[in-house]
Amino acid sequence: MILLEKRPQPSRVWTFATPVLAVVLTMIFGGVLFAALGNNPFETIRTIFLDPLFSEFAWFYRPQILIKGAPLVLIAIGLSFGFRAGIWNIGAEGQYIIGALCGAAVGLAFYPTESFIIFPLMVIAGALGGWAWAMIPGFLRVKFGTNEILVSLMLVYVAEQLLSSMALGAMRNPDGVGMPGSRNLTQYPSATSWINESAGMHWGVVFAFIAVIFAYIALSRHIFGFQVRLSGQSPRAAKFAGVNPARLILICMGLSGALAGLAGLFEVAGPASQVSINFNVGYGFTAIIVAFLGRLHPVGIVLAAGLMALTYIGGEIAQSNLGLPGAAIQLLQGMLLFFLLAVDVLTNYRIRLKREGLT
Amino acid sequence: MDLSSINPVLLVASLMVAATPIMLAAIGELVVERAGVLNLGVEGMMITGAICGFIVAVNTGSPWLGFIGAAIGGAILSLLFGVLTQLLLSNQVATGLALTLFGLGLSALMGQGYIGIKAPAFPDWDVPLLSDIPVIGPIVFQHDPMVYVGIFLVAAVWAFLKYSRAGLVLRAVGENHEAAHALGYHVIRVRLLAIMFGGACAGLGGAYLSLVRVPQWTEGMTAGAGWIALAIVVFASWRPWRLLLGAYLFGGVTVLQLNLQAAGAAIGVAYLSMAPYLATIAVLVIMRAGRAPGSLGQSFHASR
Repeated sequence: MILLEKRPQPSRVWTFATPVLAVVLTMIFGGVLFAALGNNPFETIRTIFLDPLFSEFAWFYRPQILIKGAPLVLIAIGLSFGFRAGIWNIGAEGQYIIGALCGAAVGLAFYPTESFIIFPLMVIAGALGGWAWAMIPGFLRVKFGTNEILVSLMLVYVAEQLLSSMALGAMRNPDGVGMPGSRNLTQYPSATSWINESAGMHWGVVFAFIAVIFAYIALSRHIFGFQVRLSGQSPRAAKFAGVNPARLILICMGLSGALAGLAGLFEVAGPASQVSINFNVGYGFTAIIVAFLGRLHPVGIVLAAGLMALTYIGGEIAQSNLGLPGAAIQLLQGMLLFFLLAVDVLTNYRIRLKREGLT
Repeated sequence: MDLSSINPVLLVASLMVAATPIMLAAIGELVVERAGVLNLGVEGMMITGAICGFIVAVNTGSPWLGFIGAAIGGAILSLLFGVLTQLLLSNQVATGLALTLFGLGLSALMGQGYIGIKAPAFPDWDVPLLSDIPVIGPIVFQHDPMVYVGIFLVAAVWAFLKYSRAGLVLRAVGENHEAAHALGYHVIRVRLLAIMFGGACAGLGGAYLSLVRVPQWTEGMTAGAGWIALAIVVFASWRPWRLLLGAYLFGGVTVLQLNLQAAGAAIGVAYLSMAPYLATIAVLVIMRAGRAPGSLGQSFHASR
C-alpha cells in the first residue's frame, strides 16, 4: 500500500526537480495526444520545443520569444506576490485589457503631436488603468469581504465588452473607412513601444527585466517580501507579526494590476499595434501557469515564461507546417499546469510503501 | 426603444430557460462545496460537457443520450480534479483554475469538426391541460424537460442534504473533516463522489447551452457561466432553495438585457452584455454570504 508521509520541511531537491519533471511528463503525454491526432509525436514535440531555437529560421523566431515572453513575465511577477500571500487575482486578463485601453487612449488623444513625453504618459496611464481595475476586487474584498477570485474574473468579461465597444466606437480610427480598430500606434513614432522591432526589443522587455530584479530584491531582502511569504505560510503568525491583511491585499492586487496594465500597454503599442476587438490572446491566463511553473520565484518565472513563449511560437509553427490544431497547444499548456500540481506532492510528502496489515 | 415589444409572459418563460444551465452547474457545485471541496473548474467542466453532449447528440440524433454523455464527460474531467486534490493533495484553487484552462483547450480541440452544425431538436414538453392555463401555462408548463430536471435536482439535493443519512455524512465531512475521519467516515471517498456529482451536473449545464439554448457549438460558448454558477453558490449561502432564487435572478438579468438589445435600447450592446457580470459582482457585495462549510478548500491528509 502506498502511503504519503508529510515531510517536516519541503524538499529542496524536489522544489527544483518538480517543474522539470512536469515538463517531461507533459512532453510524453503531449506526444501521445499528438499521435492520437494523427501527427508524428517526435516531430511535433521537436517542432514545438526546439525548432524556434535551433531550426534554420531560428533567427526569425528567437526575437519572438522576447515578444511573447515579456508580457508573461510582467503579469506573472505581479501575480506571484498575491499567490504567495493567498490573494488570488485571477482577472489579470481584464487588467491587461484596461491598461492597454487607458494607455492607448492617452496616445490617441495626442495624435498627431510628436513629443518625447507622450510615451511616458502612456506608460503611466496603462499602469494606472490596470491598477484601478485590480483595485475593484481588492477594495471589495477589504471592505465587504467579497471573494476576489470571482469579482476579478467577472471583470475580465466586463473588460472584454468594454474593449469591443471601444474598438468599434470611441477609439475607432477616423481614417479607417469604417474598419473596426484604432489607429496603428506603431506608425506613430511618439507612441510606439518598439525599440528595435527586428530584434524583438520593446519597452515591455526592459520593464519585465526591471520587474524581475525588483521582485527578487523585494522578496528576499525587503520587509514587504517577508510579510507576503509569512502571510502565505501562516496567516495567524502574520497577524501577530503585525502584518495588516487589508493593506497587504490592496498592495498585492494593485501591484499585479499595474504590472498587467503595463503589459497590456506595451503590447497594444507594439506587437499588437492597435486596439482591436480581440488583441488580447489570453496572456493573463497563461501567466497563471507561468507563475506556478516558476514556483512563484522571479528567476523561475523568467524561465517558465521563456518555455511558455516557446510553446506559443512552436505551436504556431506546428500549426502552419504540420497542421496541428491551435487548441492542442492550449491543451498542452493546461496539461503542463496539471502535471506540475500533481508532481508537487513529492515536494511536501514522502512516498512510503507499506505492507498491508502493519499499522 | 420600443418597450411594448417585450412580452412579460415570454420574458418570464425565457427567464426559466436562461436560468437552467447556471442552476444545473450551481447545484452540483453546492454539493461539492458542502463536502468541503472548492472546485473552481466549473467553467472547464461545463464547456467540456457542452462539447461532449453535442458530439453524442449529433452522432446519435438523441438529445437525451447527449445529456447523458455530457454528464459522463463532466464527471470524468472532475475526477481528474478529484485525484489531484484528494489523493495528491494539490492546492484546490490552483487545480480548479488548471481544470478550467484544460477544459477550455480540450473542448476546443474536441469540437473542431462540429462548428456550424445544428443540434438535434429537443422538443418542449407541453404538460396536457396545465399548459393551457393562461399566463401560468406558458411560463411554467411549456418547457423542455431539462428545465424540470434542473428544478427536480435542486429539490433532490435539498432533501438529500436535509433528510438522508448520507447527506448528513457529507455535511459532516464538509464541516470538519478531522472529526468525520475520527468517526470512521471515508473523507476522501465522500469527497470524490461529491466532486463527480458536481462534474456531472456542470456537464449537464454545459450541454443545455450547446443543445437547447444556443443550440450550436462555438468555442468558449459558456462565456463565464461556470463562474457565475460559483458566485450563485456563495449568494445562496450553500442552501439549495436560495440557489433556485439566485439562478432565476441571473436568468432574469440575462433575459432582460437580451430583450433590451432586441428592442433597440439607447445603451450600447456591449454595455448591456456586461449586465450579468456586473449583477454578479453587485450581488456578491450586497449579499453578506452565510457561513461557509468549515473545511472548505482545505486538503485532508490522515496522519497517523
